[in-house]
Amino acid sequence: MSGFDKVVNSYEEAMAGLDNDMTVIAGGFGLCGIPEGCIAQIKKMGVNGLTIVSNNCGVDGFGLGILLEDKQVKKMVSSYVGENALFMKQLLEGELEVELTPQGTLAEKMRAGGAGIPAFYTATGYGTLVGEGKDVREFDGRNYILEESITGEFAIVKGWKADRYGNVIYRHTAQNFNPMAATAGKITVVEVEEIVEPGELDPTQIHTPGIYVDRVIQGTFEKRIEQRTVREA
Amino acid sequence: MALSREQMAMRVARELQDGYYVNLGIGIPTLVANYIPDGMEVMLQSENGLLGMGQFPTEDEVDADMINAGKQTVTAVTGASIFSSAESFAMIRGGHVDLTVLGAFEVDIEGNIASYMIPGKLIKGMGGAMDLVAGADNIIVLMTHASKHGDSKLLTKCSLPLTGAGCIKKVLTDLAYLEIKDGKFHLKERAPGISVEEIIEKTEGELVVPDHVPEMTF
Repeated sequence: MSGFDKVVNSYEEAMAGLDNDMTVIAGGFGLCGIPEGCIAQIKKMGVNGLTIVSNNCGVDGFGLGILLEDKQVKKMVSSYVGENALFMKQLLEGELEVELTPQGTLAEKMRAGGAGIPAFYTATGYGTLVGEGKDVREFDGRNYILEESITGEFAIVKGWKADRYGNVIYRHTAQNFNPMAATAGKITVVEVEEIVEPGELDPTQIHTPGIYVDRVIQGTFEKRIEQRTVREA
Repeated sequence: MALSREQMAMRVARELQDGYYVNLGIGIPTLVANYIPDGMEVMLQSENGLLGMGQFPTEDEVDADMINAGKQTVTAVTGASIFSSAESFAMIRGGHVDLTVLGAFEVDIEGNIASYMIPGKLIKGMGGAMDLVAGADNIIVLMTHASKHGDSKLLTKCSLPLTGAGCIKKVLTDLAYLEIKDGKFHLKERAPGISVEEIIEKTEGELVVPDHVPEMTF
């Protein structure tokens, strides 16, 4: 690597520095747009005590679900979990902590974290369990709760194409949480289907500018489908 | 007869207007998409970051990168846009979605809604439901009027953990269409062949019944 060239050639390099008890922010919605290679590398490294911030926690045997197999996850910050039996088992046995967070609040926590905003007020969750113990303030006759933003030691992101400088484009709804996750990591790792030379991506179409990205790696992806719904041709 | 799932969707579809942006929750609300009146343009918002959700794909069109909030494979309509989760919830929280339709376990006379958690049972999470109810002004809750055991789901006070406080004004059940105002349910329409007495009996929260309650027609 030199200058703005962010490309690394192995997942060992991509995830170098990850250690026990760190916070990892992951892009993805369900199994769509998840950083499959980074997750596999975390499993391989065997680090534990991790706090993972991700909308979901994969399924049994795929996605973030594989990090539960060796009890690497201490805490999940998610909006919807439990697509996997192992998750529920570890939760019920007290081996795993979960902080259920409304989906829009979760996205905004990442966005704000990456944008240098430590907290924000939202009406979402006021008067519910989510709002308990949080500061409440009234604006224009409506009550809002104070939510703190999130940053992590690492962010792991799945893009479609990136150039060597780390400018990223996402494909279809595989975008989801990835752009916010990319901004919120001290070290942001982006794995993509194709790496191109600077200048090949249209600058006006970049979703994540390279300034947020520290390492880029080309991966191969299974792209498992959770609910395959089709109509007759 | 109590309304079928399809009839509930048909009744809600009558609330649609040309040019509406609409978010449909998982389950019966999804069926509303099948009853958009001919000649009316409606864009469906899926909170994972898609405005202009289309039909399911054909086998050839299936794309793992193209899903809806229920994680089902979908297509996008002509003129759709795709964006991040933060952008998606900015439009939801910011009140830009014209109509939100979602299911619930319970609603009460204060407009509180409980829809995501039954203590002691499997807890999966609220997903985007708390943001949707907090952000939308025009929400229709779709649910059965009473549980299988006959217990009312229209209550004086929700017994389950809330998804949102004071945010529901319209409820369509399999028996009736009701509005919530001034701390009371107001009966507006009844399902074909359902008596006002049955609705009163199955509504635990205070219910205002006008002299004439029109019957829905299909």
